[in-house]
Order: sequence, then C-alpha cells, then structure tokens
Amino acid sequence: MQAANTVLIEEAEPATHTNAPPKVSARDVCVYYGDKQALFDVDLDIHAHQVTALIGPSGCGKSTFLRCLNRMNDTIDICRVEGRIVIDDEDIYARHVDVVHLRARVGMVFQKPNPFPKSIYDNVAYGPRIHGLASGKDELDDIVETSLRRAGLWDEVKDRAAEPGTGLSGGQQQRLCIARAIAVQPEVILMDEPCSALDPIATARIEELIDELREQFTIVIVTHSMQQAARVSQKTAFFHLGVLVEEGDTEQIFTTPKDDRTQAYITGRIG
Amino acid sequence: MSLSLILGTLSILTAIGFYMGRSRALVSADGDSHRLHSRPHYYGYYVAIWCGLPSIMFFGLWLAFEPNIVTSLLIDSLPAAQQQLGDAELGLLLNDIRNLARGDVTSREAGPELMAAAGYYNSLLQTSKLVLAAIAATLAVAGITFARTRIVPEMRARNFVEKVTMAALVVCSTIAILTTIGIVISLLFESIRFFQKVSPIDFLFGLEWSPQTALRKDQVGATGLFGAVPLLAGTMFISLIAMCVAAPVGLLAAIYMSEYASPRVRAWVKPALEILAGIPTVVYGFFAALTVAPFLRGTGADLGVDISSESALAAGAVMGIMIIPFVSSLSDDVIRAVPQSLREGSYGLGATQSETIKQVIIPAALPGIVGSLLLAVSRAIGETMIVVMAAGLAAKLTINPFEAVTTVTVQIVTLLVGDQEFDSAKTLAAFALGLMLFCVTLVLNVIALTVVNKYREQYD
Repeated sequence: MQAANTVLIEEAEPATHTNAPPKVSARDVCVYYGDKQALFDVDLDIHAHQVTALIGPSGCGKSTFLRCLNRMNDTIDICRVEGRIVIDDEDIYARHVDVVHLRARVGMVFQKPNPFPKSIYDNVAYGPRIHGLASGKDELDDIVETSLRRAGLWDEVKDRAAEPGTGLSGGQQQRLCIARAIAVQPEVILMDEPCSALDPIATARIEELIDELREQFTIVIVTHSMQQAARVSQKTAFFHLGVLVEEGDTEQIFTTPKDDRTQAYITGRIG
Repeated sequence: MSLSLILGTLSILTAIGFYMGRSRALVSADGDSHRLHSRPHYYGYYVAIWCGLPSIMFFGLWLAFEPNIVTSLLIDSLPAAQQQLGDAELGLLLNDIRNLARGDVTSREAGPELMAAAGYYNSLLQTSKLVLAAIAATLAVAGITFARTRIVPEMRARNFVEKVTMAALVVCSTIAILTTIGIVISLLFESIRFFQKVSPIDFLFGLEWSPQTALRKDQVGATGLFGAVPLLAGTMFISLIAMCVAAPVGLLAAIYMSEYASPRVRAWVKPALEILAGIPTVVYGFFAALTVAPFLRGTGADLGVDISSESALAAGAVMGIMIIPFVSSLSDDVIRAVPQSLREGSYGLGATQSETIKQVIIPAALPGIVGSLLLAVSRAIGETMIVVMAAGLAAKLTINPFEAVTTVTVQIVTLLVGDQEFDSAKTLAAFALGLMLFCVTLVLNVIALTVVNKYREQYD
C-alpha cells in the first residue's frame, strides 16, 4: 500500500498541460449504424489528467463517440467508423493495431455495474491475469489490494474478497468495476454514465473517486446529469443530434456557452 | 339417426342459442348495449353454454354407458341356457351377435336364434340413438329457454362465462395430471405384484438377469433370475458413451452458434442441427445397426481388436449423435442469455473473445449448461429404439465398450413382445423396470430443472 500512496503524493498536483499535445485526438469521426449516420465529423481533443465530460440529450451520439475510443463498437456488426482517432501518436483504427492491446490501455466502466459471476478477488484479478501483469500470487494480491483501495472499496470488502462480486450493493459493484478497470493499469478510462443506476450517496462516492483518479488517469465520462458534469469535469463537450456542438472548459460551457443549442440544453429547454 | 347428425344438431342449436341470447340481451336493454352489465356477446355465450354444455355432456355420458346397458339388455333377452354360459363363451356369443348385426363374418352358423338376437341388438341400438337424440335435443332447447328467461340487463353474463372458461382450463390441465398419476399408479401396483414374487433386494442388487421362468419343472436354463444391476449398468454405460459424444460436440456447437457465428450462419445452422432431433429414433436405430456397427467391427478387425457386431460403442455413439441437438440447442439458449454487459465488460478489459468465453461466459452459463446436459442424460436413459436395434440382449456386466450390453428399455421391450401371460414374474418385471427407469429420469429431470431455474433467477 505504500507504493500507491507515494504515487498519489507524487501526482497530487496534476499539471493541466494546456500546451502539451492531447492524449487523445479525434478528427472527422463519423459513425454509421447500417445506413444510419450517428456521428457527423467530430473533432475533439482530450487532455491527459483531466476529466472530460460528454453531455447531450439521449441519442445525441455521446456514448457512440465514447465507444469509438476503445473500439467497443467493433462488437456491433453493423457499425462502421470513419475518421481518425489518435492516442499518443498512434492511430487506433490503423490496420496493425490489436484491439486487445488497445483496450488494455483504454479501460471502460459501464452504465450498469457488470461484475463477473466470480469472487470479488477474481473480478479484480481478471485483467491482470489475462495480461500477465503479475508474476506471482503475492504480486497479484498487491495489484488487487491496490486497485480496490484506489477504488475506495478495500475497507468494505477486505474480509470477504472470496465472496461473489454480484452479492455487493449497486454502488459497491460499480466501484468494483472501477477497481477491475484500473487493475489493468490503463492510461485512459472511459465511463459510460457510471452513476445512472446508483442512488445519490453512491453517486457522490463515485464522483469523489473520479476526481481522485484523474491524478493518475485520463478520464472521459458520458453523463446525463449536467450537475455531475459541472462537478467532476475540467472539460466539457456538448453533443446534439450526432454533432459536436461545442467543447471547452467546463466553467465556460456552463456559464458562457457560445452556441445557442448549448445554452438551450444547459438551461433545460432542449433534451 | 347417426351420432354425427345428433352432434351437428346440438352444435347448430348452440349457435342459435348464441344469437338468441345476444339479441335478447339487446332487446332487454332497449337496444342500448351500454345499459348491459356485460358486452352483448357474453349474453350470447351465456345462452350457448346453457344450451350446449348439458346436452353435450349428456351425449358423452350416454355414449360411455350405452354399450354396457345395451349388452345387459341383450343378455337378458337370450335363452336361459345361454345366460348360464361362462364369461368367455358368453363373450364369444355376444361378439358373434354384434358381428352378425354389423353384417360381418361370424364364427358359427347363423341360426334363427342368432339372427333374432342380432335383430334385437340392432333395434336396441336404434332405440338408444333415438332416445339419446330426443333427450339431448330437449336438454338443449330447455337450456336455451331457461337461459333466455334469465337475461336482464343487470345479469353478470361475463363473470359466468369467464368462470366456465376457467373451469374448462382446469379440466384440461387436470386431465394431463391425472393421466400421469394414473400411469404411475399402474406402474406401482404392477411392480408391487412383481415384488410379491421376487424380493426387491434380489431385484435391486442381483447381478444376474435371466428372466426366463420355467414352464416345466425339468426345463434347462430357465432359472428366472431378476437382478437389475446389469441392466442399469448397461443403461448407464451406453448413456455415458452417448454423453461423451454429445456433451463436447453439442457444447462446442452451442459456443460456435452463440458467440462466433454471424446471425445469418446461425439462422441456418441452428435449424439444421435441430433437424437431427426430428429424425425418428428408429432411423437412428437401423443406422446404428446396419452402418455404424459393421463399420466399427471392420475397423476393429483391421486393428486387431475384437469388436462385437452389437457393441455398446455403436449404440452409444449413435445415441450421442441423436442427443447433440438437445445439448446444443439448450446450451445455445443459456449462453445467449448471458447478459451482453458481461461480454463488453470483459472486452473492455482487453480480453480476447476466447478468454471471455472461457472465463466469463461459460462460468456464467454453467448452471444452465449443466441443466441441459442432465436433460440430455435423462433422454439417453429412456431412449429405446436405438438400443433395441444396436445394443444386444445379453445382460452382461462389463465396462468393455466393444462388447454387447443390454439396457433397461431393451429388456422391457423383449419382456413384453410376443405372447405373454400377464401374471408371471417375467412380464411383471417389465413394470418394475419401468418404475425404476421412471424414478431415475424423474430425479434427473428435477435436478436439471432446479439447476436451470436457479440460473434464471440470477439474471432476470
């Protein structure tokens, strides 16, 4: 546990890197489901150690865009992605890229908590095991403990790590899923409405956690709740009808939006 | 007057009753259907039920009791000498009278007495039909009249109709349940008769099966040994071989269909596999006996292994092929029931498809897969035709798959085929074996269904 704390202290002051190259850079991204176009020429830069919130009304394409970033859309047969998405100078849709490696670098937390029907320990150890991140039992134990601690779940489950993950409460399950994602040591974590199935108290826990995690990871979060976007994110991107309408610093988006549609959405007139 | 004519008349009366009831209801409400408690057609059904139900029930009861009544009337009419005949001879005589009345061939000279009896029999039947028609029609008309007089706007016709409908549903489900109970009870009682002749201990734990009982005291080789162990062992052995074929093939096919196949391929492959389940088992039987068994024997001879032409291997392998669709179809369903979110969660961690299947999908679907395997086993245990044709008759206690073994079902068939006396231990043994088989498959099915249901609760 010493190690994790040191890391936290070292990165306690995350740089905003405004001049540094973006961690993720999307250009002219179009997505089609069959004949239907879901995203139109999205250009968006996502910076390291920041939380970027994607907001917009239902069906606006924000989740679709999120799922492009770890090529999760590949699992949908009729889905087609055009354009260029670069993570650390590497085009993730290039032919030689292995989605398995990509998804190890870009972790994901889903809308509904989806722990595997395994023990709490095995849920967290799943990723490290398949990627061979631990060379022995002790090292694996360390990874599991560190991940659970970082997800703020360790104290609640340390005595029952052998019990099934499905037996936890909804909020605990979602934190388990976050622990599971960070156990693989990704660079970017995608969160698809991670709090929509949770009660306000569990939501507050997760939001706190997101704020802590950005010290180590780059986080992209899709949310329906504008308050949540305002609370946890540094950058916000507003999608409407498959188009990226406006993006910028969260404060600017919520106080002085440039586009009328953004203004209308955040004041509750559309969506 | 033919029965179909009576039935047709009753149906027409019922239909008329429906329209009369409906119009009567409308008239009673001065043509304003909103004043009625129920929609007008419920009043129609109300009258139709009063018209049709009692008369058709009477019709059925009459037909059920008519033969007995007519026969006893016929016997009363016979000369006293013939009434004194024994049951068997009287039965023959009555049979002849009936045949003569129908114009069929008789076993004796048709004398004037016989002719008279046949004429009387025919006239009895005629009268019976007429009486039946008269009473049924009266009941129907009375039903219409009674029901019509009861129609007032406030009458709750819908509630009545719904109650009758529910009663009909209850009767239907009861018929299925009662039939099952009846079969089990008959098995039970015949088995008890068997166990009065042969001790249950010998039956359940005896290692020798040789059901030929001696007809004469000095007969050779007719020991009458009823040890069911070799049969049960044979059944289990063949089922095991079948599962060795069906479990891996069915499971892997299910994994392919549910996880890898594109929807178009799946739309073809799944029905194609299910065709296997549609092949009559007798076809599998001669396929096993005429194609697979000789092939195995020939291959064995080439390799220097002695394989009997009725081997457990041939029967088990073909049976395994037969139950592949049970395993694959059910497993495919349970694998597809695993939530997509689990797959995405695993992919999202950088797992490959095969890692996801092995470590997430299969463990999640395992209870359902086990359930499907158990259902397949109980299917294999009860399977008859393939083993009758391909597995052999000799009750041998062996674990050599190249030898012939026999199964419980095969022995039941051989015990009951041909001319049998139904009070010997030999024939009664079939019921005991049937009961045993029933118990084994029942337990397996209960376990399988419990396991499957437990799995369902987890995700719904």
